[in-house]
Amino acid sequence: MGRFLNAAAIGCVVLSVSGTAWAGKDLDTVKARGQLVCGTMEGTAGFARADSQGKWVGLDVDVCRAVAATIFGDSEKVKYVPLSAQQRFTALQSGEVDMLSNNTTATLTRDTVLGLDFGAVTYYDGQGFLVNKKLGVKSAKELEGATVCVAPGTTTELNLADYFRANKMTFKPVVIEKVDEVRAAFFSGRCDVYTNDSSSLYATRAANPPPPLTPEDFVVLPEIISKEPLAPAFRHGDNQFGDIVRWSQYAMVDAEENGITSKNVDEMLKTENPSIKRLLGVTPGMGKALGVDEKWAYNIIKQVGNYGESFERNVGMGSPLKIVRGLNALWKNGGLQYAEPIR
Amino acid sequence: MAVETLDSTTRPKVAPWNDPVVRGWVFQIVIVGLVGLLAWFLVTNTLENLARQKIASGYDYLSREAGFEIGDSMIPYSPASTYARAILVGMLNTLKVAVLGIVLSTILGTLIGIGRLSPNWLLSKICEWYVEAFRNVPLLLWLFLFYKLISEAFPGPRQAISLLGSLFLSNRGLYFPVPLADPIHHWMAVGLLVGVVAAFVVKRWAKRRQEATGLPFPTIRAAIALVIGVPLVVWLLGGAPHHMSWPELKGFNFQGGTVIQPEFTALLVGLVIYTSAFIAEIVRSGILALNKGQSEAAMALGLSRAQSMRLVLLPQAMRVIVPPMTSQYLNITKNSSLAIAIGYPDLVAAVNVTINQTGQAIENILIIMAAFLTVSLGISAFMNWYNKRIALRER
Repeated sequence: MGRFLNAAAIGCVVLSVSGTAWAGKDLDTVKARGQLVCGTMEGTAGFARADSQGKWVGLDVDVCRAVAATIFGDSEKVKYVPLSAQQRFTALQSGEVDMLSNNTTATLTRDTVLGLDFGAVTYYDGQGFLVNKKLGVKSAKELEGATVCVAPGTTTELNLADYFRANKMTFKPVVIEKVDEVRAAFFSGRCDVYTNDSSSLYATRAANPPPPLTPEDFVVLPEIISKEPLAPAFRHGDNQFGDIVRWSQYAMVDAEENGITSKNVDEMLKTENPSIKRLLGVTPGMGKALGVDEKWAYNIIKQVGNYGESFERNVGMGSPLKIVRGLNALWKNGGLQYAEPIR
Repeated sequence: MAVETLDSTTRPKVAPWNDPVVRGWVFQIVIVGLVGLLAWFLVTNTLENLARQKIASGYDYLSREAGFEIGDSMIPYSPASTYARAILVGMLNTLKVAVLGIVLSTILGTLIGIGRLSPNWLLSKICEWYVEAFRNVPLLLWLFLFYKLISEAFPGPRQAISLLGSLFLSNRGLYFPVPLADPIHHWMAVGLLVGVVAAFVVKRWAKRRQEATGLPFPTIRAAIALVIGVPLVVWLLGGAPHHMSWPELKGFNFQGGTVIQPEFTALLVGLVIYTSAFIAEIVRSGILALNKGQSEAAMALGLSRAQSMRLVLLPQAMRVIVPPMTSQYLNITKNSSLAIAIGYPDLVAAVNVTINQTGQAIENILIIMAAFLTVSLGISAFMNWYNKRIALRER
């Protein structure tokens, strides 16, 4: 009978869906492992990419680091698993990763039939088109008959088809699995247009044109054809883990709202402002409610920084991408980043 | 001296747990039971987990609108078509590249294999290098190489290389004119079928006549005439409609005509070149397996080298060649799924997108597996039938 159990156990592993028979215990699994396993993109400048020292950096990476800081008090306790758009959901469903922070758009289908939940929106994005300036195209409405490079397994692919259908235009897709190969096909001239979330287009334009092409040879067309609220995703079932992911992100936004940065967080500990005291755990309660250390938000801000710092460092003016805050500015400044109050 | 006769029907009486026959049965039943239990456990556990995670299951999604575009399709397809049709498009694309790959790599591989045995030093060396170069590098790298060569080396559509004024070669593929759709084309297809059947009939008749009277008949020329001639006559009878759809540069791309896309070309060329290196070795081994006396006897009869190869050596070598050839044909079919790396929309690509849009991985993977299994078993069945047909009939 021992052998049978062994065989059954192996069978469990083989059929990876069986691997999550202990749903609801995700947080315990993460804690027991001593490490958060975070699914990221396969290298997109500004969002998730290994730097010259092999250390992962980017806006998406900072989300993983914030969650690790909340759980462990140490933002470095993260293992990054780069996933293609096609692999990501299966990897998450099967328990290979604890969460996704890889520019995944929150949609109804994914929230329901895929068995996932989404955290707070970390980046408000929209799909756009990148073209070579030589084509002389000024608007996406002029793209009739164009060949379009697109990565498979994304909402991008569906939005693209919808947009061209809605505008009674035709196109030919070139669909390649690896995002690097899609970009290479675009830069080699195999396609007229590269479509993706505009954040990713800016990243591609800034980092990927092969010499002698330069970023200035390419332009992102003005049309934004979809809403893409990018949010971290995790499995249905463990609500506490979900709360931690969501509030780690809110803590970063709240910190920016309250003017707390990684530089001044230690001074802020002495403040009299009650909401800052609650956030930083000087007044205890929030950590207990979340089931983590009272210093959780302090750790995030100290080690990762607030949302604004992370944005500027990775994709904003302090980076080669030079993306303006736009929709991602704080609500006070006309953007959409609006964190629920920590109280 | 009394001779004891061994009677197989009466065996010495032993206890059932010591009886090898009973024991054999018991073990087999237990093993089958365990395998069955394991299968049951895996299926129910998976279903339970899917239900717990509220992941939908079942094949209802097949009739829903797919919503994504496919770049290369043999049948009418649009984003408004269903997932089932998208998967069918992928299946047909896989079959297209597999069938063409099998035919072309067989021809090329046979030529290379024979070439390696040529007394001409240069020819045999070239064939040897070909084999060693192409079979010792992973197929995926060849695919990347050919794809890069096509997409980097050829100019964009606006600077397309024009051949004969109506063929256009660019990094979008090879555009060429095709006849405008006309009802006569269906009848020409029927004519082609009639021509092929007639060619077989003529071949059988010619063979029987040659065996009876020794009179040769130009079978090959007659067959070509029939296969080309019958559709041609149908076309002429139908009033010889000659309106063509010409490729024209409009906006970004060529419109009209038809196109062979770079992804398809790269995949086909990669598969053919890689597999033909293996087939060449199989053909060479098949020929070398023959007794030297066969070729000497053929020479002694006064047959030319080509005749002895075609009439004496190859037919006998086939018996050695066909079984390993089956594996190569299966390999081509399965390797065609590497298409996803260079963006050819094959079955795997279509199903992968479907998985991602519907989230129903298990159902979709089962579809891929069933499809490849069907095609592979079909190839195996055909090759086994062919192998039996050409096997030595021992009397």
